[in-house]
Amino acid sequence: MISLSQISRSFTVGDQQVAALRGIDLNIAAGDYVSIMGPSGSGKSTLLNLIGLLDRPSSGTYKLDGGNVTALNDAQQAKVRSEKIGFVFQSFHLVPRLTAAMNIELPLILAGIPPAERKARVVQLLENYGLTDRADHRPDQLSGGQRQRVAIARATSMHPAVLLADEPTGNLDQTTGKEVMNLLEQLVAQKVTLILVTHDPVIGGRATRQLYMVDGEIIGENKSAASP
Amino acid sequence: MKLIDVLQFASGSLRGSRTRTLLMILAMSIGVASVVILTGLGEGARRYVVNQFSSLGTNLVIVLPGRTETAGIGPGMLLGQIPRELSLDDAQALLRSRAVGRIAPLTIGSSQISQGALNREVVVLGSTSELLEVRHMSLGQGQFLPVGDLHSSESVCVLGAKVKTELFGQQQAIGGWVRLGDRRFRVVGVMASQGESMGFNTDEIVIVPVASAHMLFNTSGLFRVLVEAKSRDAIEQAKHDAEEILLRRHNGERDVTVITQDAVVATFDRILTALTLAVGGIASISLAVAGILIMNVMLIAVSQRVKEIGLLKALGAPAAEIRNLFFAEAILLSGIGSVVGLILGEAGVWVIGKIYPSLPVVAPWWAVLAAIATSLGTGIMFSVWPARRAARLDPVMALARS
Repeated sequence: MISLSQISRSFTVGDQQVAALRGIDLNIAAGDYVSIMGPSGSGKSTLLNLIGLLDRPSSGTYKLDGGNVTALNDAQQAKVRSEKIGFVFQSFHLVPRLTAAMNIELPLILAGIPPAERKARVVQLLENYGLTDRADHRPDQLSGGQRQRVAIARATSMHPAVLLADEPTGNLDQTTGKEVMNLLEQLVAQKVTLILVTHDPVIGGRATRQLYMVDGEIIGENKSAASP
Repeated sequence: MKLIDVLQFASGSLRGSRTRTLLMILAMSIGVASVVILTGLGEGARRYVVNQFSSLGTNLVIVLPGRTETAGIGPGMLLGQIPRELSLDDAQALLRSRAVGRIAPLTIGSSQISQGALNREVVVLGSTSELLEVRHMSLGQGQFLPVGDLHSSESVCVLGAKVKTELFGQQQAIGGWVRLGDRRFRVVGVMASQGESMGFNTDEIVIVPVASAHMLFNTSGLFRVLVEAKSRDAIEQAKHDAEEILLRRHNGERDVTVITQDAVVATFDRILTALTLAVGGIASISLAVAGILIMNVMLIAVSQRVKEIGLLKALGAPAAEIRNLFFAEAILLSGIGSVVGLILGEAGVWVIGKIYPSLPVVAPWWAVLAAIATSLGTGIMFSVWPARRAARLDPVMALARS
């Protein structure tokens, strides 16, 4: 499903070129549950952003569902993001002036889905994530766990094939973090490809495929038979 | 993303920062309102002047004795003669032109008028029966001057409405006698109250046959001859004929001035239209200022909402859509501003109309359109830069901003 070959990404800092990724080769199959771990600055977030088409590689090719997405222009990439990729962020990134329901609806609005269908999907998502009684609350009236649930509901509203999570439990306490992980893993059970970036070995260890990154390179990989 | 959703999202973010939105709308609406009010005043002044001139009569050509510009020294000047006066026969001769419909010679002077023990000073107008129609005056009661020979000096008069009340009170004036100077005149009619027009109050005059006025003031010259052309197209011909006829009658000396009412109206019309445009232009500067304010606010909005823009990009919004969202905000701001401004402006115009009822204050449609177009135009123009800036944001950087 996801196929990266010889992907490099370098940034210009001052007058110096800093390589964030060096020749990454990576294949991820549909329905995989992958965690990317490594110290900060190892390039794991950069890799996730590249997979999410938020960033472009300096060199190399990235194929998604067989199509070369590096060759697409911005508008085409935006369409791919809208239809195939969902994001879950460490700091939730909810729009503060919108209610929980409206935040969940946002990707559907952007995709131009008719209002009636939008409404039905939002109601279903609110129910799935136990947020029905929180629908009209704004983010500042929600707890951290609820916020991340809204964010996950939003990320899945377009039924993406790939879900990218950057430290999804980073701003949560242990218990709610676990809850959130359970929700994400339920999605894996529904054949969603989940790619998770974390520096927490306990969280990362739950994935069926664990990648270790240092200095922009994948230095090791671990496979476990099934998710816990 | 559908248009309605774009507008909803944009209005949502405008509602998100209420104070700022209200201030922007206020700035925009003051701009629009000032254009509407100022052009309304200018247009009102123009219409006022044009109306005043039109109320003097239609298709008028006015003949005045003397000339403001002379062509060298004529023989008359060498002999120490003053410019020839305009006589009654001159006036009558004007009727020879086929372009001329009616004429009304005018002589003017002031005299004591008395009735019983009451007396006052009045302006006496000497004219003919045609004056009523030519000058668009209206009679209150009785009759106007008798139709007949220009030279007959009948002792009849028509009183202005105010003169009548002052001399006769509520009593019947028609058939009564008044004394003007050393002659007695029988009152045959009373003018309707018309108020002032062109600085001339018809309520406080007395109208007598022109020959009687000449005897009263011991003159034979006319103050003016009002010539009514047969139609609008005949005005120029009538003017030309009048000049020619009087040239011949005055032994080849051009010693009269002939002006057309239209020329005077057109001049005022041009001057006041230019004035309206000028004040409108000055007022639209405030619209431009409002546009710059909108740009400023939109730039602030972009930098305040960097995270939101990054998120929208991550959720699959292409750059063009983000640009449209900011455009929509600017258009909503200037659109609402224009509407509020129009309401304020029209309200202002209405209030001015109430305070000065004689001034027909109406904002011309072109000024209203121009104000709205300018406000929308500046709104859009000044949001191009902020919107592009938002659209070009790098999503990774935008999301990483804390």
